[in-house]
Amino acid sequence: MMYYRAPVAAASANSDSSCSITWGWHYDTHVPTSRQISSEPLERIVKLVSRSAVVIFSRSSCCMCHAVKRLFCGMGVNATVYELDQDPFLGKEIERALLNLLGDYSKTSVPVVFIGGKLVGAMDRVMGSHINGTLVPLLKEAGALWL
Amino acid sequence: MNSSHTQYISARDMGVYEPINQLSMFADFDENGWPDTSPSLLVEVDTKLDNQSEDTSHETAGDSIKYEETNKRVDKVLRRLAQNREAARKSRLRKKAYVQQLESSRLKLMQLEQELDRSRHQGTYIGGAIDSGPPGCSATMNSGIASFVLEYGNWVEKQDRQICELRNAINADLPDEKLRVLVNDGMAHYSDLFRMKAKAAKADVFYLMSGMWKTSAERFLLWIGGFRPSELLKVLLPHLDLLEQQCSDVYNLIQSCQQAEDAISQGMDKLQQSLVDAVAAGLLGGGSYIPQVANAVEKLKPLVSFIDQADHIRKEILQQMYRTLTTRQAARGLLALGEYFQRLRSLSSLWATRPREPA
Repeated sequence: MMYYRAPVAAASANSDSSCSITWGWHYDTHVPTSRQISSEPLERIVKLVSRSAVVIFSRSSCCMCHAVKRLFCGMGVNATVYELDQDPFLGKEIERALLNLLGDYSKTSVPVVFIGGKLVGAMDRVMGSHINGTLVPLLKEAGALWL
Repeated sequence: MNSSHTQYISARDMGVYEPINQLSMFADFDENGWPDTSPSLLVEVDTKLDNQSEDTSHETAGDSIKYEETNKRVDKVLRRLAQNREAARKSRLRKKAYVQQLESSRLKLMQLEQELDRSRHQGTYIGGAIDSGPPGCSATMNSGIASFVLEYGNWVEKQDRQICELRNAINADLPDEKLRVLVNDGMAHYSDLFRMKAKAAKADVFYLMSGMWKTSAERFLLWIGGFRPSELLKVLLPHLDLLEQQCSDVYNLIQSCQQAEDAISQGMDKLQQSLVDAVAAGLLGGGSYIPQVANAVEKLKPLVSFIDQADHIRKEILQQMYRTLTTRQAARGLLALGEYFQRLRSLSSLWATRPREPA
């Protein structure tokens, strides 16, 4: 798993201004889940995406999620995947939060990709940015690709 | 004696007689020195038997044993004749039933053909009258698909016109501004196609997945309801006359296209596998499929999004080429692309009408 180094990671591209950036850094990664004070899904998302260069929110049964995982795999990128259907505590709420982040035009909550802590988007956006050549620079900037 | 005589009369009245069956009986007569053992007509046999009866009436009691044996043989004949009657009757009944069945099937066939003709006219096959896809397809078209097929026919006609214009413009060495207009028209035309396909995918995703609106050669090269994007780029590349600074961009595009394609293909494989598992679950269980079919239906739902993604990749490839190339290169690229699909379409027709070897 790749650990993200740059400090300003949590400046997500989402429009929700209530998401406070600093929360993500106040939590120790060793704090057991049961003791986490905040269960707000958005904050959890921020925390998770700041940990790794490439974060994919997925469902284990979702075929489109499988496709996006294979895409990054094929590029040699080591992505951190969170299977939301396997999170009994926050899974559903994170999915709802992701739907909000993506906006109305998105029909499904997953897959959603964050690179360098920033929201890239659903499969559409990921594919589009790869073909128009903006994905690779983003990955390099986040330290997920070296070449 | 009298009873046997009346028996003879009734035997003679019968029209149905199988001489061959009587052979074994006639063989017996040989020992008694009767003249004929070959299968003979009813009349002849009857005459012989009749003669026999007349003979016996004048004979001594010593011949009564012969008489009884003859009676037995006569009984056998009568029994055989009765069986033949039955068999013939049954055969006639069967024939009648068969003919009736044939008649009703013929009527039904005529009705079905009429229906097929009617729906064919409504659906209006495009893509070559000869090479119009498998028969019976029109029966499954819904109105969304029917209108898509109509629109696609118009789209192909307009495409052919645009290709002609492009060719003339390039050959005539028209200035860039004129070419740019044609290129923009071409790009907009492809956008139209993707819009039509998106609508059709909502109407019937399986129809799109099988490429039924395309000609057979195009269907052979089908990838998730359309052309394979990487194949497209490979077709275009040699005709573009790339400048050095463009090369790395284009090669990157080819690579990212291939990666995107592979990723979607793997997603599709997983979808297929999950469908197979859902349909096959609980086979031989003896229970109804009804409770599980809902699960299989759920597995099919992502199919629309896969076609959407595949078309999205195709659109993005075209857009990226448009951005990377000069006007002249883009014009040549669109022309090459259009000609390529035209060739595939005529290949399909030629294949369909080629002289076949006798079966």
